[in-house]
Amino acid sequence: MKPIWYFVGLILLVIGALILLNGIYLLFNPSQRTTVLSEIHPDIWWGAIMAVFGGFMYYKTRKETV
Amino acid sequence: MQAIGLSFIDWVIICVYFAFVLGIGWYLKRFTKNQEDFFLAGRKNSTWVAGLAFLSANLGALELLGMTGNTFKYGMYVAHFYWIGAIPAMLFLGIYMMPFYYSSKINSVPGYLKLRFDEKTRVLNGVAFALMTLLVSGINLYAMALVLHTFLGWNWDVSMWASALTVAVYVGLSGLMSAIFTEIIQFFLIWFGLFLISILGIIEIGSLQEIFARINEYSQQISFTTLWATSSDPTQNGMFIHWGGIVIGLGFVLSFGYWTTDFLVIQRAFSAKDLRSARMTPILASFFKMALPFIVIVAGLIAIALSNDPKSGFTLLHDGGQINYDSALPLLIARYYPSGLVGLGVTALLAGFMAGQAGNVSAFNTVWTYDIYKAVLNKKASDSHLLWMGRVSTLVGVALSLVTAYWAKSFPSIMDYMQAIFSWVNAPLFATMLLGMFVWWITPNGAFWGLVAGMLSSFTMYLAVKFSWFHESIITMSNVQSDMAANFWRAWWAWLICAVVTIVISLFTKKREKAELVGLVKGLTKENHDQAIPFMKRPEFVAIISLIVLIILNLLFW
Repeated sequence: MKPIWYFVGLILLVIGALILLNGIYLLFNPSQRTTVLSEIHPDIWWGAIMAVFGGFMYYKTRKETV
Repeated sequence: MQAIGLSFIDWVIICVYFAFVLGIGWYLKRFTKNQEDFFLAGRKNSTWVAGLAFLSANLGALELLGMTGNTFKYGMYVAHFYWIGAIPAMLFLGIYMMPFYYSSKINSVPGYLKLRFDEKTRVLNGVAFALMTLLVSGINLYAMALVLHTFLGWNWDVSMWASALTVAVYVGLSGLMSAIFTEIIQFFLIWFGLFLISILGIIEIGSLQEIFARINEYSQQISFTTLWATSSDPTQNGMFIHWGGIVIGLGFVLSFGYWTTDFLVIQRAFSAKDLRSARMTPILASFFKMALPFIVIVAGLIAIALSNDPKSGFTLLHDGGQINYDSALPLLIARYYPSGLVGLGVTALLAGFMAGQAGNVSAFNTVWTYDIYKAVLNKKASDSHLLWMGRVSTLVGVALSLVTAYWAKSFPSIMDYMQAIFSWVNAPLFATMLLGMFVWWITPNGAFWGLVAGMLSSFTMYLAVKFSWFHESIITMSNVQSDMAANFWRAWWAWLICAVVTIVISLFTKKREKAELVGLVKGLTKENHDQAIPFMKRPEFVAIISLIVLIILNLLFW
């Protein structure tokens, strides 16, 4: 059985990557809906943090079984 | 009024989450071969898995929304729920009670009552607990639909049925293991999905100190930013409570009553691979519990600071003239999160709600199967039959939760019943468990009638205040109190009544032989667990570290 951390890493990697990519898209195609502090692009750096964290967990556990 | 709009990417993220939880349930089914796999996840989880699941089983979206809203209403005092109202009890469970729970190889908390006392005490608690889990699961379902309807404009029925069916599928397929896996995923999604609000709020306002300064500027008579400094006078703090109510009602009775006896969280510790891991489970969880105010309380304080600044444009929703405190967190999500992050924030809330339902349903199916069905209705049931009953009772439990959810929808203030429910069931049960584990001469009849007296008295006090049979100042011993303060004091009185009745009846009824109680009562049980392990690796040492961190936090925010 795959360890739980494998699934945690995978879902964080997928969702983090989606947020990061969407953030980069919004950088060049700004949305009509503006949010407070949008100028610091929280979606880009937070999505990146999630993707890196999740990717690390996934990579470390991809060959493990419990 | 719809506060948050979802874009295409937000829907994709939500769908990814649903696909994951259903896929995990399907994947784990092949490893769920017998009733121990289904009800106790095979008893092979590590400390980290059991510990995060232990915390996540308690951490629901209802609590996240409610506690952020409560912080807006009562101020910093809400942090007591995460600090003195949780940590001492969690540590006590790990150090003193878990050896008896885990080593007696019981499947549930009512199972301990059967071994220590008798069948009637077990069945009484089993029935009360089963009803409580269905009620709480239904309230979770209703609250989720309310949030999704209010803030996203989703249809009530679609929200409730989609969530209920998803939980039914993944818990029905793989039982507790599925529930634990999704709870741990929920834990990470909540941190990643909601901690960013605190970060962005602090960036916008300037600093945590600036947030406190703004709140103090607008509220000079009543403190919303202290933890203990204003607790000797209820009129000086936002919760209108004396420190006695915090320490005795919340810190002792409600806290210990929940964390040491509620099977929903304890079931996760039972899934640990050995006694040391089981003892470490609540101790590890305590560190993460202490960190939660940095999501929940800080978000609530940010909402207060913004609301009192007309230039911010931030104001909570109102329903017919009443402030909707639960709107604080969703409105902060709408304020700071662009598309993509909105999907993550909504997914974090959805994950929290569904994990809350799954946790209650998995606890229900275990208590029903072992403490009611097998104990009373079908004592000769085989293991395969019990596994089948576990799956069937999962579906029935979800269906009954839907009924409870629709019933809750017909009442305007059902949310108030959450804390009241815990004071009816958990507060008196804690007295029974404490006396049972530490006093050998407490008798089965004493325990049974004490539990009856405790539950009835708590429920009666609740009705008495609701229908004005007497004023709640009689319960709180103060002319000034909030609903929360009344809950704390009612729990204390229920605990005391249960304890007194238990002791008095035990003095006049037949005691069990000491030899029958070995392994169940402290003082009659030889305890030599962890002796071979260096002290710094023992649960006791980690618990001391947790206690030190708790004290530092209370001093920092005094």
